[in-house]
Amino acid sequence: MSVEVMIQQLAGGMAKTIMIFVLTLLFSLPLGLVISFGRMSKNVLIRGITKAYISIMRGTPLMLQLLVVYFGPYYIFGVNISHGYRAYAVVIAFAINYAAYFAEIYRGGIESMSKGQYEAAKVLGYTKAQTFFKIILPQVIKRILPSVTNEVITLVKDTSLAFSIAYVEMFTTAKAIAASQKSMAPLAAAAIFYYIFNFLVAAVMELWEKKLGYYS
Amino acid sequence: MKLFEMNHVKKSFDGNIVLKNISLSVQEGEVVAIIGPSGSGKSTLLRCATLLETMDDGDLYYLGEPAAKSEGGHAIYAPNAELKKIERQFGLVFQNFNLFPHYSVMKNIMDAPIHVQKRDRAEVQKEAEALLQKMGLSDRADYYPCQLSGGQQQRVSIARALAMKPKILFFDEPTSALDPELTGEILKVITELAKEKMTMVIVTHEMNFAKDVSDRMIFMDQGVIVEELSPEELFASTNQRTKEFLGKYHILNH
Ligand SMILES: Nc1ncnc2c1ncn2[C@@H]1O[C@H](COP(=O)(O)OP(=O)(O)OP(=O)(O)O)[C@@H](O)[C@H]1O
Ligand SMILES: [Mg+2]
Repeated sequence: MSVEVMIQQLAGGMAKTIMIFVLTLLFSLPLGLVISFGRMSKNVLIRGITKAYISIMRGTPLMLQLLVVYFGPYYIFGVNISHGYRAYAVVIAFAINYAAYFAEIYRGGIESMSKGQYEAAKVLGYTKAQTFFKIILPQVIKRILPSVTNEVITLVKDTSLAFSIAYVEMFTTAKAIAASQKSMAPLAAAAIFYYIFNFLVAAVMELWEKKLGYYS
Repeated sequence: MKLFEMNHVKKSFDGNIVLKNISLSVQEGEVVAIIGPSGSGKSTLLRCATLLETMDDGDLYYLGEPAAKSEGGHAIYAPNAELKKIERQFGLVFQNFNLFPHYSVMKNIMDAPIHVQKRDRAEVQKEAEALLQKMGLSDRADYYPCQLSGGQQQRVSIARALAMKPKILFFDEPTSALDPELTGEILKVITELAKEKMTMVIVTHEMNFAKDVSDRMIFMDQGVIVEELSPEELFASTNQRTKEFLGKYHILNH
């Protein structure tokens, strides 16, 4: 098999890996913020539920969560799983798992903000929403960026876990080609792909951190 | 005209009574200095006045409009919409500035007038420039707070408060977080404002400044107003607690 053909076959997997990555961030970053609000809520019930949620999401393997999300509808509710559900299951499982991690990161950042920022905003008449989105959140983002970078890099590698429900992303594709061709080359290509992907992700995050470095 | 009035204000934190029965009113154009030992409740008083803290009991009025009224031994606050309107009447300058670090000096000053008061940007910009000039910071408009000295930051925070055009401005120890050599520049700014007849209530440990700038001085101790007198009278007071407190500052009476 020529390199071009191999790359061509891997390309489909690559696209799916990138899709998992992008969609997971797209959903888990805002969802994490909502969950962090729940975690900091004055309401004991909401706080308890979100706390348990975060604990379960962080305390059980992501691979197991993938299986539950994928097979759950059938085993628990007897709903027939359509073929197209596989991709949704991957994104749902990743998003709710990563949201739990992001929630704790947001919470740490929000709780580290000084009371004085809220008070200055209140005396100036900012609404609660203005205070949060204009004053607090931008500063929180700067503070949590290094932790978020760590999670995002882990996510790039975690996307390969989608193989556990036979979702054909980059890793699964490479494994299949390696088996049929009896060659290490596809796995090496996959490794290079993940590495470059992460390298770019890290570079983008670093650039962003630099951009926010104009104040301290 | 009475700009500000609070009557029989009580406030405690978990059983610890911090304000016992405070009544205070401020006329338009008046400068009132509040002094007293640490823990006497000065900050709590300002925080109740600026709605950062809720009073347990008492009345609170701005320009005759009630922000809270005492009913059955509890302070009942006006609806939020009313409070939002009342909030426009006052400003507060904090001990540690509390500037927004991610905003430039100019944006710190302009953002609330534009996005809270919905005023015209060009007009706000003009006023902000004038305020910066007054504070001697015209060349610092594009700086960020972290690039300024403490004294400059405090001047920006005063400009930020003034940009909202408050009727009354509260200061909570505006120079306490500053190096001694920087306090002078802040005291000068406040003295300037007093000359322009800005209504101000200033909590301070700078006794000479308080004496020079204020029309009336309040000595607080353990949650009560011990004495409320003109500066000359207060510094000549025969009250034991007042004398003892002022004695610590080695203020000479002339
Ligand atoms: N949020 C709070 N929770 C509990 N206790 C508080 C709170 N705020 C103030 N106190 C207590 O109330 C008392 C008065 O505090 P306050 O800050 O009003 O004093 P102060 O006169 O401003 O003192 P200083 O000169 O040190 O600033 C203190 O005993 C303080 O511990
Ligand atoms: Mg204080």
